[in-house]
Amino acid sequence: MASLKKFFFIKARDFVHAGEASIHIQSLLKSMHWDPVLIRRVAICSYEGEMNVVIHGGDGVLNLSIENDRLIIEIIDDGPGIQDISLAMQPGYSTASDEAREMGFGAGMGLPNMKKNADDIQIESEPGIRTRASMTFLLESPKETP
Amino acid sequence: MKLCDIVQELDATTLNGEDRLNSEITRCGASDLMSDVLARPTDGTLLMTGLTTIQTIRTAKIAGVVAVVFVRGKRPPPEVLTVARTEDMPLFSSPYSMFVCCGRLHARGLTGLDGRR
Repeated sequence: MASLKKFFFIKARDFVHAGEASIHIQSLLKSMHWDPVLIRRVAICSYEGEMNVVIHGGDGVLNLSIENDRLIIEIIDDGPGIQDISLAMQPGYSTASDEAREMGFGAGMGLPNMKKNADDIQIESEPGIRTRASMTFLLESPKETP
Repeated sequence: MKLCDIVQELDATTLNGEDRLNSEITRCGASDLMSDVLARPTDGTLLMTGLTTIQTIRTAKIAGVVAVVFVRGKRPPPEVLTVARTEDMPLFSSPYSMFVCCGRLHARGLTGLDGRR
Protein backbone atom coordinates (compact mmCIF):
# COMPACT_ATOMS: atom_id res chain seq x y z
CA MET A 1 0.00 0.00 0.00
CA ALA A 2 1.51 3.32 -1.07
CA SER A 3 1.59 6.05 1.53
CA LEU A 4 -0.89 8.92 1.34
CA LYS A 5 -1.37 12.03 3.45
CA LYS A 6 -4.17 14.61 3.37
CA PHE A 7 -5.33 17.30 5.72
CA PHE A 8 -8.56 19.23 6.11
CA PHE A 9 -9.52 22.32 8.10
CA ILE A 10 -12.52 22.09 10.41
CA LYS A 11 -14.26 25.31 11.45
CA ALA A 12 -15.94 25.52 14.83
CA ARG A 13 -19.74 25.96 14.79
CA ASP A 14 -19.85 25.67 10.96
CA PHE A 15 -22.78 23.28 10.68
CA VAL A 16 -23.19 24.02 6.96
CA HIS A 17 -19.86 22.48 5.98
CA ALA A 18 -19.51 20.04 8.88
CA GLY A 19 -18.93 16.54 7.56
CA GLU A 20 -17.50 17.51 4.16
CA ALA A 21 -14.01 16.26 5.08
CA SER A 22 -15.37 12.86 6.12
CA ILE A 23 -17.46 12.49 2.96
CA HIS A 24 -14.34 13.37 0.95
CA ILE A 25 -12.40 10.65 2.79
CA GLN A 26 -15.25 8.15 2.27
CA SER A 27 -15.28 8.90 -1.49
CA LEU A 28 -11.49 8.65 -1.66
CA LEU A 29 -11.44 5.20 -0.03
CA LYS A 30 -14.31 4.03 -2.27
CA SER A 31 -12.32 5.14 -5.33
CA MET A 32 -9.42 3.04 -4.00
CA HIS A 33 -11.81 0.03 -3.79
CA TRP A 34 -11.27 -0.58 -0.09
CA ASP A 35 -13.35 -3.06 1.87
CA PRO A 36 -16.81 -1.45 2.40
CA VAL A 37 -16.89 -2.43 6.08
CA LEU A 38 -13.55 -0.77 6.72
CA ILE A 39 -14.64 2.34 4.76
CA ARG A 40 -17.78 2.56 6.89
CA ARG A 41 -15.78 2.31 10.14
CA VAL A 42 -13.30 4.97 9.02
CA ALA A 43 -16.07 7.28 7.74
CA ILE A 44 -18.09 7.05 10.95
CA CYS A 45 -15.06 7.76 13.15
CA SER A 46 -13.95 10.63 10.95
CA TYR A 47 -17.46 12.14 10.88
CA GLU A 48 -18.05 11.81 14.62
CA GLY A 49 -14.64 13.36 15.27
CA GLU A 50 -15.31 16.16 12.80
CA MET A 51 -18.68 16.88 14.40
CA ASN A 52 -17.05 16.92 17.84
CA VAL A 53 -14.77 19.74 16.73
CA VAL A 54 -17.66 21.65 15.12
CA ILE A 55 -19.86 21.21 18.20
CA HIS A 56 -17.40 21.48 21.08
CA GLY A 57 -13.99 22.56 19.85
CA GLY A 58 -12.21 25.56 18.50
CA ASP A 59 -11.10 25.49 14.88
CA GLY A 60 -9.17 22.35 14.07
CA VAL A 61 -7.52 20.11 11.52
CA LEU A 62 -8.10 16.54 10.43
CA ASN A 63 -5.04 14.66 9.21
CA LEU A 64 -5.49 11.48 7.20
CA SER A 65 -2.51 9.23 6.66
CA ILE A 66 -2.25 5.82 5.10
CA GLU A 67 1.01 4.01 5.58
CA ASN A 68 1.89 0.35 5.11
CA ASP A 69 -0.60 -1.65 7.15
CA ARG A 70 -2.66 1.14 8.72
CA LEU A 71 -4.81 4.22 8.24
CA ILE A 72 -4.63 6.94 10.88
CA ILE A 73 -7.06 9.81 11.39
CA GLU A 74 -5.75 12.49 13.71
CA ILE A 75 -8.01 15.36 14.73
CA ILE A 76 -6.59 18.32 16.62
CA ASP A 77 -8.53 21.39 17.74
CA ASP A 78 -7.82 24.57 19.68
CA GLY A 79 -9.84 23.82 22.75
CA PRO A 80 -11.61 24.30 25.08
CA GLY A 81 -10.51 20.71 25.71
CA ILE A 82 -12.16 17.85 27.58
CA GLN A 83 -12.21 18.13 31.37
CA ASP A 84 -12.74 14.42 32.09
CA ILE A 85 -11.98 12.08 29.17
CA SER A 86 -13.24 8.91 30.88
CA LEU A 87 -16.57 10.62 31.61
CA ALA A 88 -16.78 11.88 28.00
CA MET A 89 -16.26 8.29 26.76
CA GLN A 90 -19.34 7.08 28.65
CA PRO A 91 -22.38 6.53 26.37
CA GLY A 92 -25.03 9.17 27.03
CA TYR A 93 -22.74 11.76 28.61
CA SER A 94 -22.87 15.04 26.70
CA THR A 95 -22.14 18.73 27.12
CA ALA A 96 -23.49 19.65 23.66
CA SER A 97 -25.28 22.93 22.99
CA ASP A 98 -28.96 23.21 22.06
CA GLU A 99 -27.82 24.10 18.52
CA ALA A 100 -25.98 20.78 18.25
CA ARG A 101 -28.95 18.89 19.65
CA GLU A 102 -31.22 20.51 17.06
CA MET A 103 -28.89 19.03 14.41
CA GLY A 104 -29.44 15.54 15.84
CA PHE A 105 -26.22 15.37 17.81
CA GLY A 106 -25.40 15.71 21.49
CA ALA A 107 -26.77 12.32 22.54
CA GLY A 108 -23.42 11.41 24.07
CA MET A 109 -22.67 8.75 21.45
CA GLY A 110 -19.81 10.40 19.52
CA LEU A 111 -16.75 9.18 21.42
CA PRO A 112 -18.28 5.73 22.19
CA ASN A 113 -19.02 5.32 18.44
CA MET A 114 -15.43 6.26 17.62
CA LYS A 115 -14.04 3.81 20.18
CA LYS A 116 -16.29 1.05 18.84
CA ASN A 117 -15.22 1.50 15.23
CA ALA A 118 -11.48 2.22 15.49
CA ASP A 119 -8.88 -0.49 16.14
CA ASP A 120 -7.23 1.93 18.52
CA ILE A 121 -8.11 5.39 19.80
CA GLN A 122 -5.94 7.78 21.78
CA ILE A 123 -7.36 11.02 23.17
CA GLU A 124 -5.26 13.65 24.87
CA SER A 125 -6.63 16.95 26.09
CA GLU A 126 -5.24 20.00 27.81
CA PRO A 127 -8.34 21.79 29.14
CA GLY A 128 -8.47 25.34 27.83
CA ILE A 129 -5.82 24.66 25.18
CA ARG A 130 -6.33 21.75 22.81
CA THR A 131 -7.62 18.24 22.21
CA ARG A 132 -6.00 15.59 20.03
CA ALA A 133 -7.77 12.39 19.02
CA SER A 134 -5.89 9.78 17.02
CA MET A 135 -7.70 6.77 15.57
CA THR A 136 -5.91 3.84 13.98
CA PHE A 137 -7.42 1.31 11.57
CA LEU A 138 -5.51 -1.83 10.64
CA LEU A 139 -5.82 -2.77 6.97
CA GLU A 140 -5.14 -6.43 7.68
CA SER A 141 -6.84 -8.38 10.48
CA PRO A 142 -9.04 -5.48 11.65
CA LYS A 143 -11.37 -5.88 14.61
CA GLU A 144 -14.68 -7.57 13.93
CA THR A 145 -17.53 -5.50 12.55
CA PRO A 146 -19.26 -3.74 15.42
CA MET B 1 -39.50 -3.76 -1.48
CA LYS B 2 -38.63 -1.27 -4.20
CA LEU B 3 -38.28 2.39 -3.30
CA CYS B 4 -41.10 3.25 -5.73
CA ASP B 5 -43.46 0.92 -3.82
CA ILE B 6 -42.39 2.49 -0.53
CA VAL B 7 -43.14 5.94 -1.95
CA GLN B 8 -46.61 4.74 -2.95
CA GLU B 9 -47.25 3.08 0.44
CA LEU B 10 -46.31 6.28 2.27
CA ASP B 11 -48.14 8.59 -0.19
CA ALA B 12 -44.80 10.35 -0.37
CA THR B 13 -43.58 13.13 -2.62
CA THR B 14 -40.22 12.66 -4.31
CA LEU B 15 -37.90 15.57 -3.51
CA ASN B 16 -34.72 14.12 -4.96
CA GLY B 17 -33.62 10.90 -6.66
CA GLU B 18 -36.28 10.14 -9.31
CA ASP B 19 -33.71 7.90 -10.99
CA ARG B 20 -33.20 5.74 -7.89
CA LEU B 21 -36.78 4.51 -7.44
CA ASN B 22 -35.84 0.99 -8.47
CA SER B 23 -33.50 0.56 -5.47
CA GLU B 24 -34.40 -2.41 -3.27
CA ILE B 25 -34.91 -1.89 0.47
CA THR B 26 -35.37 -4.62 3.08
CA ARG B 27 -34.49 -2.85 6.37
CA CYS B 28 -35.62 0.47 7.85
CA GLY B 29 -34.65 2.74 10.72
CA ALA B 30 -36.45 5.69 12.29
CA SER B 31 -34.61 8.29 14.35
CA ASP B 32 -34.09 11.98 14.91
CA LEU B 33 -30.76 11.30 16.63
CA MET B 34 -27.98 11.19 14.08
CA SER B 35 -25.45 9.56 16.42
CA ASP B 36 -27.93 6.73 16.96
CA VAL B 37 -28.07 6.30 13.18
CA LEU B 38 -24.26 6.13 13.09
CA ALA B 39 -24.23 3.54 15.88
CA ARG B 40 -26.48 1.06 14.07
CA PRO B 41 -26.05 -1.22 11.00
CA THR B 42 -27.53 1.17 8.45
CA ASP B 43 -25.85 0.10 5.20
CA GLY B 44 -28.46 -0.29 2.47
CA THR B 45 -31.37 0.87 4.60
CA LEU B 46 -34.17 3.46 4.51
CA LEU B 47 -34.06 6.23 7.16
CA MET B 48 -37.26 7.86 8.39
CA THR B 49 -36.75 11.10 10.30
CA GLY B 50 -38.32 14.40 11.22
CA LEU B 51 -34.96 16.14 11.08
CA THR B 52 -34.55 18.18 7.88
CA THR B 53 -31.01 19.52 8.26
CA ILE B 54 -27.86 19.29 6.15
CA GLN B 55 -26.44 16.93 8.76
CA THR B 56 -29.29 14.49 8.11
CA ILE B 57 -28.04 14.17 4.53
CA ARG B 58 -24.35 13.90 5.48
CA THR B 59 -25.12 11.39 8.24
CA ALA B 60 -27.16 9.29 5.80
CA LYS B 61 -24.29 9.40 3.29
CA ILE B 62 -21.66 8.41 5.86
CA ALA B 63 -23.91 5.65 7.25
CA GLY B 64 -24.60 4.12 3.82
CA VAL B 65 -28.33 4.88 3.95
CA VAL B 66 -30.03 4.37 0.55
CA ALA B 67 -32.82 6.96 0.94
CA VAL B 68 -34.38 9.34 3.49
CA VAL B 69 -38.10 9.85 4.16
CA PHE B 70 -39.10 13.01 6.03
CA VAL B 71 -42.19 12.32 8.12
CA ARG B 72 -45.12 14.56 9.14
CA GLY B 73 -45.07 16.30 5.76
CA LYS B 74 -41.75 17.97 6.50
CA ARG B 75 -39.78 19.46 3.67
CA PRO B 76 -36.16 20.52 3.91
CA PRO B 77 -34.98 24.05 3.09
CA PRO B 78 -33.39 24.62 -0.36
CA GLU B 79 -29.80 24.40 0.91
CA VAL B 80 -30.49 20.89 2.23
CA LEU B 81 -31.88 19.85 -1.17
CA THR B 82 -28.73 21.20 -2.79
CA VAL B 83 -26.55 19.02 -0.54
CA ALA B 84 -28.81 16.01 -1.25
CA ARG B 85 -28.31 16.53 -4.99
CA THR B 86 -24.55 16.85 -4.52
CA GLU B 87 -24.42 13.68 -2.42
CA ASP B 88 -26.91 11.85 -4.67
CA MET B 89 -29.21 11.07 -1.73
CA PRO B 90 -32.85 10.29 -2.63
CA LEU B 91 -35.30 12.26 -0.44
CA PHE B 92 -39.03 11.86 0.08
CA SER B 93 -41.69 13.58 2.17
CA SER B 94 -44.62 11.64 3.62
CA PRO B 95 -47.68 13.28 5.18
CA TYR B 96 -47.88 10.52 7.81
CA SER B 97 -46.38 10.55 11.30
CA MET B 98 -43.24 8.58 12.13
CA PHE B 99 -45.43 5.96 13.84
CA VAL B 100 -47.74 5.52 10.86
CA CYS B 101 -44.87 5.47 8.33
CA CYS B 102 -43.15 2.73 10.34
CA GLY B 103 -46.42 0.80 10.74
CA ARG B 104 -47.21 0.90 7.04
CA LEU B 105 -43.77 -0.39 6.04
CA HIS B 106 -43.71 -3.00 8.79
CA ALA B 107 -47.07 -4.29 7.54
CA ARG B 108 -45.52 -4.69 4.09
CA GLY B 109 -42.80 -6.96 5.49
CA LEU B 110 -39.87 -4.61 6.00
CA THR B 111 -37.68 -5.21 9.04
CA GLY B 112 -35.72 -3.10 11.50
CA LEU B 113 -32.02 -2.38 11.05
CA ASP B 114 -31.06 -5.64 12.74
CA GLY B 115 -33.37 -7.66 10.48
CA ARG B 116 -35.97 -8.32 13.18
CA ARG B 117 -39.72 -7.68 12.86
